[in-house]
Amino acid sequence: MGSVPALRLERVHKSFGKAEVLKGIDLEVEEHQVVCLIGASGSGKSTLLRCVNLLEPIDDGRIVVRGEEITVPGVDVNQVRRGIGIVFQAFNLFPHMTVLRNVSLAPRKVLGQSREQAEAAAVELLGRFGLADRRDDYPDRLSGGQQQRVAILRALAMKPKLLLLDEVTSALDPELVGEVLALVRELAEGGMTMVVATHEMGFARDLADRVCFLDAGVILEQGPPAQIFSEPREPRTQQFLARIVAAGRL
Amino acid sequence: MKIFCISEVFILVLALLLAVIRSLPGPVFFPLRVLAIVYADFFRGVPTILVITLLGFGAPALALNGVPTSTTFWGIVALVLVYTAYVSEVYRAGIESVHPSQAAAARSLGLNHGQSLAYVVLPQAVRRVVPPLLNDFIGLQKDTALVGVLGSIEAFKQTQIDQAATFNFTSGLAAAVLFVAVTIPLARFTDWLVARDRRRQLAGVPA
Repeated sequence: MGSVPALRLERVHKSFGKAEVLKGIDLEVEEHQVVCLIGASGSGKSTLLRCVNLLEPIDDGRIVVRGEEITVPGVDVNQVRRGIGIVFQAFNLFPHMTVLRNVSLAPRKVLGQSREQAEAAAVELLGRFGLADRRDDYPDRLSGGQQQRVAILRALAMKPKLLLLDEVTSALDPELVGEVLALVRELAEGGMTMVVATHEMGFARDLADRVCFLDAGVILEQGPPAQIFSEPREPRTQQFLARIVAAGRL
Repeated sequence: MKIFCISEVFILVLALLLAVIRSLPGPVFFPLRVLAIVYADFFRGVPTILVITLLGFGAPALALNGVPTSTTFWGIVALVLVYTAYVSEVYRAGIESVHPSQAAAARSLGLNHGQSLAYVVLPQAVRRVVPPLLNDFIGLQKDTALVGVLGSIEAFKQTQIDQAATFNFTSGLAAAVLFVAVTIPLARFTDWLVARDRRRQLAGVPA
């Protein structure tokens, strides 16, 4: 289509002290694509996502978001983060605020919306996903699945162009995973550009435009889900998928 | 009691300011951070009674123009200087106890450092350190008696006057009962606040 990619990582390296976690990542994500990152724990999935929204500075390479390089010195970090939403495995809701305030805080303080405006938008968003009646509750009153869905909606309230999901179902009881995946599926079908680190292979197979297998800090293999899951080329990919199948997760 | 109330307000505010200064990131704030550290170390090292007597007797003795000579004033200044140092450490512990993922979540939404501190980190940090803050609260209540060395009238001092007049120690006991009567309900209320906040804090933690 010739349009600018939503996200491009070029030769990204990241080390923590002596340990090199990302050893040269090259990744391109087009607008409205869903790219799933799969791989063992420690392969660098979370670090990759955290580098994209500049929570972690990279050591080498470039990250380009919608044509603008964000890894140059002097970039307005807060501005960059307004356009990128990230949701973490541990939800990270603000425990001292109600659901409504959690969702409306950033639109008010960062986007400058009035309280009425931000809260009305938040209520509408919560309502669309069945959480409107929880708006005056504190997070400790919600189930894990509800908390995670609120966390996703909190990121969405900022109307990001790119959404990063870091294993958002990994800390949930199995029966709560479904409601979160349903929300993510709806977002994907609505055209949100997403990079999703996940262990949910069924989800990746159904919704991803592309699946990337991360192993020891590099993208070992990437391609359409049909190819990756049915005909993986690399032995390490085959090993990883065999273990997943044996564990009954595919 | 007046000395205590006035001092406490200043201490709570100034100590928070000091703790925030110490948490400012980046090389540009290095001088401020160093100043804050030096201040806290010095005033925690020097004995409180020394600060009180030096300022309470020494400052008025300088007889400089515009310098207040009221012992109550200098008693308050001395207490504020010393307690701000201790309480700022308590706040700092509170700030550092808030999991970095909270700040990460706040920054990820686009909130800048100041906003993330003000709306996310500090509200949680301050709630967490209410027990040790109460500790210093109680300590301050008792240390106001030290200001009695300067001749200000405090409950303790007043009982000494009564004791001298009547050889009757009941007023000393009355003073003790007064102090305890304030601190015990305060301690229970604190426990309730902490329990409620802890419940909310542990919300996202897998059981």
